Amino acid sequence: MPESIRLIINRESVDVPEGTTLAAALLRLGKAAVHRSPSGELRGPVCGMGVCFECRVAVNGRGHMRSCQTICEPGMEVRTDE
Amino acid sequence: MWPSSESIEPGHSLVMPSSFDIAIVGAGIVGAACAAEFARLDLRVAVVERDIIGGGATAAGMGHIVVMDDSEPQFALTGYSRRLWQELRPQLPDEAEYETSGTIWVAADDYEMREVHRKHRYYAERGVSTEVLDCRALAEAEPSLRGGLAGGLYVPDDAVVYPPVVARFLIQSTPGVKLFLGSPVREILHHGVRLESGDSILADKVVNATGDAAPSLTPGLKVMPRKGHLVITDRYPGFIRHQLVELGYLKSAHSDSNESVAFNVQPRRTGQILIGSSRQYGVSDKGIDRTIVRSMLKRAAQYLPGIGSLSAIRCWTGFRASTPDKLPLIGPLPDQNLYLATGHEGLGITTSLATARLLVSHATGRETPIDIAPYLPARMMEHQHA
Repeated sequence: MPESIRLIINRESVDVPEGTTLAAALLRLGKAAVHRSPSGELRGPVCGMGVCFECRVAVNGRGHMRSCQTICEPGMEVRTDE
Repeated sequence: MWPSSESIEPGHSLVMPSSFDIAIVGAGIVGAACAAEFARLDLRVAVVERDIIGGGATAAGMGHIVVMDDSEPQFALTGYSRRLWQELRPQLPDEAEYETSGTIWVAADDYEMREVHRKHRYYAERGVSTEVLDCRALAEAEPSLRGGLAGGLYVPDDAVVYPPVVARFLIQSTPGVKLFLGSPVREILHHGVRLESGDSILADKVVNATGDAAPSLTPGLKVMPRKGHLVITDRYPGFIRHQLVELGYLKSAHSDSNESVAFNVQPRRTGQILIGSSRQYGVSDKGIDRTIVRSMLKRAAQYLPGIGSLSAIRCWTGFRASTPDKLPLIGPLPDQNLYLATGHEGLGITTSLATARLLVSHATGRETPIDIAPYLPARMMEHQHA
């Protein structure tokens, strides 16, 4: 079994297996919509391979990070658009 | 030499059955402004464009409406043009993204701070309001700037606009302007232009407003392309609030060395950050030069340490039309029906409206609102026409 790591998603502690992408961690929480388009529509991971840019979230205060291209790290602070 | 009017056969192979008072070559913001200005006087105007509206330097400019003080003529032109922008503003469509965000000229050290005070006095003597920011006021105005900067000069009435939208607006919202897109001009004739297709468009007067391409239609013009790069980020609203330009910018803009970069960044209404600027002579390749982009971004990061953690989404280049004396060419060529409106280098968006007002006043025998003499092409044509 891979090690479990703990990160914070929208102020909530979440445990995921090491090596999990952030997009997968968000989906485990049932968060399919994580990003708002400029016109305010909710968006979520579509391609899962870094191309569509629909899965962007803020990671450690840095905006527009593609969650599908980000591996979860211990203590990572993640904020989605609500 | 110029083909005589006899070389056109009227009525034969014409795009338009009727002729025009004015044919403007180039649908950048300068050509567009000239078109709107001529049409306002009920003249019949053709705009002839090889590509699309505002697709050249207009799309590669930052759209910074800025008063500059490198020389008196430059101050006169930019100051007058900024007033014209303020008058035009209520008519502009929302997509023109006109924002009076103001400029802050950033002084890194005490030496540059002296330049801030000099600029402040210069503008004050000429009725342009500015405000000197000390170290703390600068940090309050722009918290993302690094600490330890000496201060800056805040110019509140400078603005930002999205130039290609304005060019389209000026052409399409003005009755009496006929637009020929995808129509490369092969040569300028005495009474009109001949297209690459072989068709001719007849006009009493022709305006060459083709930016850095102007010498290809008007040989002998001392207009040189000066390449620039721009980078735009994703949306980070509030990262910066004003157009931020290093005072050392003038060293870059005025240096005649082949390559230079300067810190010049702009907040867009979308929250995106537009990052400039670079200047290169002697390059005709449109491709992105990674070395230049790297040093441009490094320069920006020296002022805005956090900029390196933002995502850039696009990078592009363009060519400014530069002249030896850093002033544009506005007005007639000697003994021709040909007018020039080019050579604006990095100030073509700002000065487009004033250029049009001056050119059209002069071409229609009216008094020009400011003295046109410093911009007349005659100052550079002596040798060609001697």
